[in-house]
Amino acid sequence: MKEGRPRRPWERTDPAEREYFDLLGDGLVVQLLARPQGISPGGGWSPPVGGAWLHLGADGAIEAFTGKVEVGQGTRTALSLAVAEELKIPLDRVVLHMGDTDLCPWDMGTFGSRSMPDALPPLRAVAAGARQTLVDLAAARRGVDRKSLEAGDGEVRTRGETTGITYAELVRGLRQVVTVGLDTPVISASSWVQAGHPTVDPRDEDVVTGRRIYTSDLHRPGMLYGALLFPPSYGARLLSADTTEVGRREGITVVRDGDFLGVVARNPREAHRAVAQIRAEWKAVPQPSEAEIEGYLRSHPSQGEGWDLEKRTVGDAEGNLRKSPIRVEETYRTAYLAHTPLETRAAVAEWEGERLSVWVGTQTPFRARKYVAEGLRIPEEDVRVRVPATGGGFGGKHGGDVALAAARLAKAVGKPVQLTFHREEEFRHGYFRPMAIIDVRAGADREGHLVAWTFHNVNAGAAALLPPYRIPHQMVDNVLSDSPLPQGPYRSLAAVANNFARESVVDELAALSGRDPLSFREQNLGDDRLLDVLHLAVEKSGWKDWVPAKGRGHGLAIGHEKQGRLATVAEVTVDARRKVRVDRLVSVFEAGAVVHPENLRSQVEGAAVMALGGALFEAIHFDGGMILNPRLSEYRVPRFSDLPRIEAHLLDRKDLPPAGGGETPLIAVAPAIGNALFDATGVRLRSLPLVPEGTVPRPGGRRSPKRHP
Amino acid sequence: MTKGDSRAPPTTTLRLTINGKVTEVPRAPDRKLLEVLRIELGLTGAKYGCGEGECAACTVLLDEVPVLACQTPIGQAEGRKVTTVEGLAVHGRLNPAQRAFAELGAFQCGYCTPGMVVGATALLRSNPHPSEEQIREALNGHLCRCGGYTRILRAVRRAAEASGDAP
Repeated sequence: MKEGRPRRPWERTDPAEREYFDLLGDGLVVQLLARPQGISPGGGWSPPVGGAWLHLGADGAIEAFTGKVEVGQGTRTALSLAVAEELKIPLDRVVLHMGDTDLCPWDMGTFGSRSMPDALPPLRAVAAGARQTLVDLAAARRGVDRKSLEAGDGEVRTRGETTGITYAELVRGLRQVVTVGLDTPVISASSWVQAGHPTVDPRDEDVVTGRRIYTSDLHRPGMLYGALLFPPSYGARLLSADTTEVGRREGITVVRDGDFLGVVARNPREAHRAVAQIRAEWKAVPQPSEAEIEGYLRSHPSQGEGWDLEKRTVGDAEGNLRKSPIRVEETYRTAYLAHTPLETRAAVAEWEGERLSVWVGTQTPFRARKYVAEGLRIPEEDVRVRVPATGGGFGGKHGGDVALAAARLAKAVGKPVQLTFHREEEFRHGYFRPMAIIDVRAGADREGHLVAWTFHNVNAGAAALLPPYRIPHQMVDNVLSDSPLPQGPYRSLAAVANNFARESVVDELAALSGRDPLSFREQNLGDDRLLDVLHLAVEKSGWKDWVPAKGRGHGLAIGHEKQGRLATVAEVTVDARRKVRVDRLVSVFEAGAVVHPENLRSQVEGAAVMALGGALFEAIHFDGGMILNPRLSEYRVPRFSDLPRIEAHLLDRKDLPPAGGGETPLIAVAPAIGNALFDATGVRLRSLPLVPEGTVPRPGGRRSPKRHP
Repeated sequence: MTKGDSRAPPTTTLRLTINGKVTEVPRAPDRKLLEVLRIELGLTGAKYGCGEGECAACTVLLDEVPVLACQTPIGQAEGRKVTTVEGLAVHGRLNPAQRAFAELGAFQCGYCTPGMVVGATALLRSNPHPSEEQIREALNGHLCRCGGYTRILRAVRRAAEASGDAP
């Protein structure tokens, strides 16, 4: 595609007015506009939701467009593979443009495991529509019935023949736009020849050669580097800042706009040094300590805008709890966690007159565009957000804070500016996975049937809140709190906390009722897909052949979320000094039809490691509104030395639509490990992280209080 | 004019050999190799991840030894051969570690991969047939937040098999 940008973002332009061919060259465009075309009641063009478009160039280029972004979850390849499949071309002929707000269809964001459900059907439809149009074009050109023709290897040919007319040749001289719907017939998963099979994209070679360009690697002509002055604690207000001395230094520009204060310099080191030398006075506000946090969250309810609330009341949970012969009443907790993507927040902003381009590692480019435009009081149409390769997100890179800051700095100096957070800034000035407090009361009868269930989540959210078990009497809800620490999305969100509490309690009930964890679950499960992954996990892990030994334990847990089903088996060793080692994690994951199996397996393996960190030792420590462990030397994330044997198995359901796989594979890991530790030691641990000091406390003893590094 | 200012007329320069090419940069004691590579020379393969030597995303070779470029004063590189991830492939031919990582898809976001590949290359050059324990130990300083360690181990083992004795 040519350099340059549309007059207005395409998704904000009436499809008839989009200058597709001026930018992409002659050829064929197939578009899917998921929301009916038209003018919204507000007067403006109503942006299509979940759309896609695709351009076949007369030069042979094949470019597809989606609003999703790639932050390491592998959807670039998976989505390209689906396009290649429908068009019957090699994977590396598909160029997928992702998250460019000028060129791509509007999208809410890359989160919630929505990439496959949101982006796959429209991309498959436009690619299938393109294939059909190409066959029509060839039929017209040859004056034959389209039924005598087929597409294959980038050509349309007479059935049975090996050569035909190339796609490029068929669209030569064309400037045709075809609009298709989601009902366009696509190739069924059971007939896939590329998708669903192990694939490597040769273009990924740029990762191992260092040529892949991340936001923080970008260089623009004349580019300078920024740094920001941040408050020392949450909620602190800037009283005064003396920048006169710093501002006099050569090569340093101080940028101030109300409470926004940053500097621009010729390299990042000078910029950060200059910020450190600003004499600033702050007014701190009181903040609860770590010891006070649970009481604080319980007593500070919030409406929690943008967070899900869920409530289910069935039967009489209270009355039946009282009558249950086997009961558990416990509170489960999880700590605040940091996403810690290896690439910190970064943005590069560049102005051309009144129009802004900003490259930023964000999971929500369209929301970032809105945020930047509102912050600068300019029309959204003048802001182009582009998302280069991004070094991890995990839910931590929503929004446009760093993009807006870079844009302000760039505006002030009249040159492109890169703003890349230091690691400590990433810890202190991002947001965290919410702390969870979960009160559970559950009862079973003497035959091991779950009877009554009350489950109350404070602060963490509603993901995976509802049990997959058949329980006649339930009272399940979540409430939100006014968290003193900034909190936000995190890979799988509350599903880890809710599933940890639920699957631990189920284990407790199994033990109390004298049943083994497997048969107790089998007896109570109300979800066949979960039973299938559970049984496969039992088989693959050799669950039934386990030989008990001193200091060893195994545990299992299951969970469902985002249309995915997971079962994880953990095997642990607790040595004579109570030190914990996780020896083996076996996960079985089912997410409908598998598009890119090696990538999905890789996601399941990686999710096990990320979940292992949160299960065993990760926790943010804080006091007085300050983070006490804002460095990688102080916030421990899993390393090779923590790595158990990880086995990831997929259950491919070609009869079901593909679901997202980035998140759900985390959710059974912590409870499986907790259950295994119980099996090994008889000690039930009810807070994540389970073993912050690396050891299981003696039975009856209290865990030592959290130690700050 | 501050010390270490990249645009200041250098009073002295020091000579570096990076990926076989000789280049001169201003001598500045507080400047780290990573900044020179990324900001001055545009070699952005080595990444910034933490600035305190905890993640190894900035790993490069000094002669044959892997070092953390974010912790290495530029003066230490003087007179030695610096090899970055960009210098591993010879005439576009990937080295065995690079090839194995690419073939096995041993990365997700890929941000740790350049450092990981440089670390694996150094390991295989000094120990062409490492045990799994030796691989884990050699790469334990390298963080992969995507948790791709299982696949990375597999890739290094495959590279060892593929490279024979001449990586």
